[in-house]
Amino acid sequence: MKNEMEIIFDAVSDNESFARVAVAAFITHLNPTVEEMADIKTAVSEAVTNSIIHGYGNLQGCGRTGRACPPEQKEIHPGKVRISCRLENGILHIEIADTGRGIEDVEKAMEPLYTTRPDLERSGMGFAFMEAFMDDLEVESTPGEGTTVRMVKKIGIGEWIA
Amino acid sequence: MEQIRVGDFKVIDNCLMIRLPEEIDHHGAGLICENADKYLIRDEVQNVIFDFEKTRFMDSSGIGIIMGRYRKISCFGGRVYAIHLDRQIERIFQLSGLNKIVEVLES
Repeated sequence: MKNEMEIIFDAVSDNESFARVAVAAFITHLNPTVEEMADIKTAVSEAVTNSIIHGYGNLQGCGRTGRACPPEQKEIHPGKVRISCRLENGILHIEIADTGRGIEDVEKAMEPLYTTRPDLERSGMGFAFMEAFMDDLEVESTPGEGTTVRMVKKIGIGEWIA
Repeated sequence: MEQIRVGDFKVIDNCLMIRLPEEIDHHGAGLICENADKYLIRDEVQNVIFDFEKTRFMDSSGIGIIMGRYRKISCFGGRVYAIHLDRQIERIFQLSGLNKIVEVLES
């Protein structure tokens, strides 16, 4: 059994909940456990948030909720985030990609507690969570071109047994 | 809509009680921090209690909220408490080491 989906959306923080719920809905027919579902939603949320705030620099809600933009952000970056999912034999492959600024040092970025934006009260746990909650994590990034995060997780009992 | 995202705030004695929203992600985190800090300054509270009763989802943005408040009050001897954690949030607490600085209360 194979099933694929792809969504592309604006890199704004309103879409964070949409993204994780969309991926969660895509896997429901596999009967995932509550825990597996929560793991996947958290991992997707982390990756998408990274793309939005670090990849494109679209910071928290500004411009839309009537709050003032931080001085370094004059306008919202029009970039998109692309999520593609593939389900094959009960294994979920997720690819979350942006065409933002990219990461200079991926290894450093993946260190727990390391963050380039302590001013935003980011915890620096994003990649650590993706790693902990998924079975496999791969990060590919080219500065100036963008970042692609690939994650794999085995779900529940595998093939649907009626 | 915005009200649900931001959570409820109540000052009881020298404690700030924050009832967190159903979902805690980066989108709502900034406003929770801003509001919490308003109370911390205005009412000069010493301790903060985070109530997760309504919360069904939290990512690392939640860690940022809690660590940020901890930094602000711990230097004055304040403490951070958390109540009503479900299993997933408990796992996140353990993974991030948050359970070492936050006192998790059985409810």
